Amino acid sequence: MRNVAIIMRRELASYFATPLAYVFILIFLVLANAFTFYLGGFFERGQADLAPFFNFHPWLYLFLIPAIAMRLWAEERKTGSIELLMTLPVTLWDAVIGKFLAAWAFAGLALALTFPLWITVNYLGDPDNGAILAAYVGSFLMAGGFLAIGSCMSALTRNQVIAFILGVVACFVFLLAGFPLVLDAVRAWAPQLLVDAIASLSFLTHFESISKGVIDVRDLLFFAMLIGFFLFATGVVLDARKAD
Amino acid sequence: MIKTEHLSKRYDALVAVDDVSFEVQPGEVLGFLGPNGAGKTTTMRMIAGFVTPSAGRASICGHDVQTEPLRAKACLGYLPEGAPSYGEMTVRSFLEFVADVRGLTGERKKSRLDYVIGRLQLEKVLEQTIETLSKGFRRRVGLAQAIVHDPPVMILDEPTDGLDPNQKHEVRTLINEMRRDKIIVISTHILEEVDAVCSRAIVIARGRIVADDTPQGLAARSRYHNAVSMRLEEPQQLEAARAALASLPSVAEVEVVEREARLTALPRGGAAILPALAELAARQGLKLKELHLESGRLDEVFRTITA
Repeated sequence: MRNVAIIMRRELASYFATPLAYVFILIFLVLANAFTFYLGGFFERGQADLAPFFNFHPWLYLFLIPAIAMRLWAEERKTGSIELLMTLPVTLWDAVIGKFLAAWAFAGLALALTFPLWITVNYLGDPDNGAILAAYVGSFLMAGGFLAIGSCMSALTRNQVIAFILGVVACFVFLLAGFPLVLDAVRAWAPQLLVDAIASLSFLTHFESISKGVIDVRDLLFFAMLIGFFLFATGVVLDARKAD
Repeated sequence: MIKTEHLSKRYDALVAVDDVSFEVQPGEVLGFLGPNGAGKTTTMRMIAGFVTPSAGRASICGHDVQTEPLRAKACLGYLPEGAPSYGEMTVRSFLEFVADVRGLTGERKKSRLDYVIGRLQLEKVLEQTIETLSKGFRRRVGLAQAIVHDPPVMILDEPTDGLDPNQKHEVRTLINEMRRDKIIVISTHILEEVDAVCSRAIVIARGRIVADDTPQGLAARSRYHNAVSMRLEEPQQLEAARAALASLPSVAEVEVVEREARLTALPRGGAAILPALAELAARQGLKLKELHLESGRLDEVFRTITA
């Protein structure tokens, strides 16, 4: 546990040692607000809630989260610092979890910095703050899911651009798993059971209910298991390919 | 103690390291020599626990690297090839990170950090990010992180690569200071380094150990071992001198470097030929600028056994 915290702290500090953190947070906030006001029609709807804000999170994350995740392991392998990290007295899982938590905390910080919108709706009307909190939790969990997928893609390659593209594609598949775009490709050859299983993996479906303020244990479990699975996969990939 | 038993690494068809077994005891400084691509780095990576062996095992201080990796790694200070680190970190925060992971705390952490920073002369660059440093400084930061926890075993992959002669001398002095009661393994292809710091040398070629000896023992394998080299005052005496030397029964061969007016007489079967040659030179009236006994040329041995 101690090592996880040390690795997480180092990783988090390195985000802020480069312009990456500031550029990312700025772009995240600008896009989140632009989507809310222009595409979501925040004022025109005449309702004091944050639905137009949260509705766009999956799409925002689709590109922005792989941008954080791409460097997690690809950069370590490119610069060779993975050799240093893996020969320090830490376990592979300390490193995988520590780096993931740093990225997740960073995404959480960017998300938390959207709080002026929450203040705005409270100023304009009387929103259901419980539902808003639930939606924030859901959004944070979804960011974790995207990050875990991105972490695994980043472990596959030493090239950050490839890691980014793989990350976006993998996230896109998970995002739309319940929609014809993905399901039609599977339906042609897979048994119905598999089609249903894939459909149940859809981020959009799981996020939708949380973003409406309904916290279902199944949705929480879905994201928790997804994160666990992809972190495990990250470790397996790294163990096999760290020295390549 | 470092122990490797039948350590091997295969990548598909390529055999990088083939059945390497050796032991290193405290107090030894082992030089790991070999041409590029001979398997030095792969062997070191397997001992450090970064590369998983295809066969065989390695242990550090009695802890098997594969089954007790944390204990083995805790005993080890490792400088990977090329001294990789986190470029965006400052030297200070990087060394603190390593000290934290190594479990150093409080007064001990402070005193060890002060020691390595002072010893490797990093004071001036402490607040600089590592990516802005010169190659020499990066190497020294890499060395600093490898020794910060005062490990009983150190594996340093090319510790002096990229350093200028003064810095090389400093690093060798540091290694000589640390050698008591410790195990130090360094890889290098600078042969003078072997003479300067190593008590033992293992030569590896095509993944196999081809020699395991003291530097002196290795030099004794040279055909120049006990050879006598002389430089003449007057180059016109060169031919006569060559003929005279070649006529001695104990001399196997005479090599001439005309440009330097130098003759090197190689002994037959490693015999001591210096007295005979000195006497001959006096008898023939050769004017000598220089006369010395060679202990053997490591580079020649190196070429012979790794070719």
